[in-house]
Amino acid sequence: MSAAPILEVRDLDLFYGDAAALEDVALDVGAGEIVAIIGANGAGKSSLIRTIHGIEKPRRGRILFKGQDIAGWPSHRVADLGIGQVAEGRQIFAGLTVEENLDVGGFLPRGRATRARNRDRVYALFPRLAERRGQHAGTMSGGEQQMLAIGRCLMGEPELIMFDEPSLGLAPAIVQEVFGIIEQLNRDGITVILVEQNVAVSLKLAGRAYVLENGRIVLSGTGQELLDHEGVRQAYLGM
Amino acid sequence: MSLYTRLLGDLTGRGLAALAGFVVLLVALPSLVSSYIATVATIVLYLAFLGQAWNLMLGIAGLLSIGHALFVGIGAYASAYLFAIHGVPPLLGVLAGVAIAVAAGALIGYLGFRFAIGGVYFALLTIAFAEFTRIMVDHAKFLGGTEGLFLPVSAASRHGFDLLNLRGSPEMFYYLILALALAALALCRWLLTGRTGYYWRAIRDNPAAAQALGVDVFRYRMYAAMISAGMAAVGGVFYAFFYNNLFPEQVFGIERSIELTLAPIVGGVGTLFGPIFGAFVLTPLGELFTAGVEWLQTSGAIGRHVKVDGVKPLFWGIAVAAIVLLRPRGIWPWICDRLGLVKPPSERS
Repeated sequence: MSAAPILEVRDLDLFYGDAAALEDVALDVGAGEIVAIIGANGAGKSSLIRTIHGIEKPRRGRILFKGQDIAGWPSHRVADLGIGQVAEGRQIFAGLTVEENLDVGGFLPRGRATRARNRDRVYALFPRLAERRGQHAGTMSGGEQQMLAIGRCLMGEPELIMFDEPSLGLAPAIVQEVFGIIEQLNRDGITVILVEQNVAVSLKLAGRAYVLENGRIVLSGTGQELLDHEGVRQAYLGM
Repeated sequence: MSLYTRLLGDLTGRGLAALAGFVVLLVALPSLVSSYIATVATIVLYLAFLGQAWNLMLGIAGLLSIGHALFVGIGAYASAYLFAIHGVPPLLGVLAGVAIAVAAGALIGYLGFRFAIGGVYFALLTIAFAEFTRIMVDHAKFLGGTEGLFLPVSAASRHGFDLLNLRGSPEMFYYLILALALAALALCRWLLTGRTGYYWRAIRDNPAAAQALGVDVFRYRMYAAMISAGMAAVGGVFYAFFYNNLFPEQVFGIERSIELTLAPIVGGVGTLFGPIFGAFVLTPLGELFTAGVEWLQTSGAIGRHVKVDGVKPLFWGIAVAAIVLLRPRGIWPWICDRLGLVKPPSERS
């Protein structure tokens, strides 16, 4: 990790009833990094993102964002600090138009004053959203919905965005586009946590990565190190 | 955004003209029609007002209440009790009624939203509170219990115009409820075009996504329940002073809660004009239907054993079933599209 940490997770435990979803999780994310979290289904990747974002309440542990412990905070306060989330499964507001979806994000405290500018930025980034600004979001294709979810997140001016399976269920050409956008956002200075089932692509994109198994971090390293790692190759890359 | 844009910006020229014509017609109505029709119009506007309040919760914020008679009844009983027993004018009584109703809305909302009681279970919670309150009022001696609470009426007050004490002629009540219905429409429209409305619609469409985006879902659901409850209580004050008598069963009964959902369902849940339009369709048709059955009885076509009281609920049942099957979004959105009253989203500023 080169830059100063923007996010530090320590000793994090999450339980659903008696079942442990996360145990003793520790990770660091430097400002400006792309950090991937890989693991099998049910390994706890989404749980980790949801806990960082305040949707799940951890039983134990600290989550430091720029030095401030936010463990157990409600998610709207986490978002107010500058942590955005693009949740799994293209979570858009189907009955609202594209522009109204963006405006919901634009009403958030962080993006309120700069709403018009942010909207222009999103439309520049996703020309297809600009073309469809008056269309109901529920009638758009999966790829367009994913772009809308990303654009809406940007309206809140996050410093860190957590992507949960952004390529799930999308056509290969669209997947390339989505990863290209994530790369560009990162170049623009946004720190990224990427949870992906598409392990090969996310390891190439990420500076560093963590491997999550049964709620525990079992391995970490640079993207290249994990790409070359025998266990990772066998378990996640099918080689 | 200017106030004008927020309130009327979505309407086409034709839509504006239709709205203006509608308001002019309503203002002129009492001098154009018989007092019977003016009374029906008063009830229509009353149901339109309550429909607006209820629709704010289900249609806009996605929260189903089948116990809204609770809030109406709180407004009615609080203001009537203060006036009849302590001589407090309803202009002050309404504040007490609204305050208690908002507190009740907050309590039900808190229980529902904090403990994640969603959908149908939330609806059951609202019914439970309304029924619970009905039984309590049944046994509350100071509110008249089952024997009812009555407001003082004099022959003189029937023709007067005492807005402070809400004692006056039917025309006064007509214009009062017209003003309230238009104010409710404007208030809902204003809320809907601002942050609160955007958050509500986001929560209605996808609460998980709203939360992940950073919307304080709990807080805005509470706002919806409290504002809707407060509006319903204002309707209750009107009800009490218009009818001058209150009985627990007649005020808090589940029939009342269901009755006030009909106009928005028929007109179009989630639209602002739907509840008004629905009330204007349902109530007169219900009256016509009743009159038709009475006529059949006097002409001897059907026997005296048919109870005319039950005819209106029967008609409403048929109407709701027909709407749910044929126009699930309600009649108003369909008419709106047909007549081009509202700008398509792409043409809005």
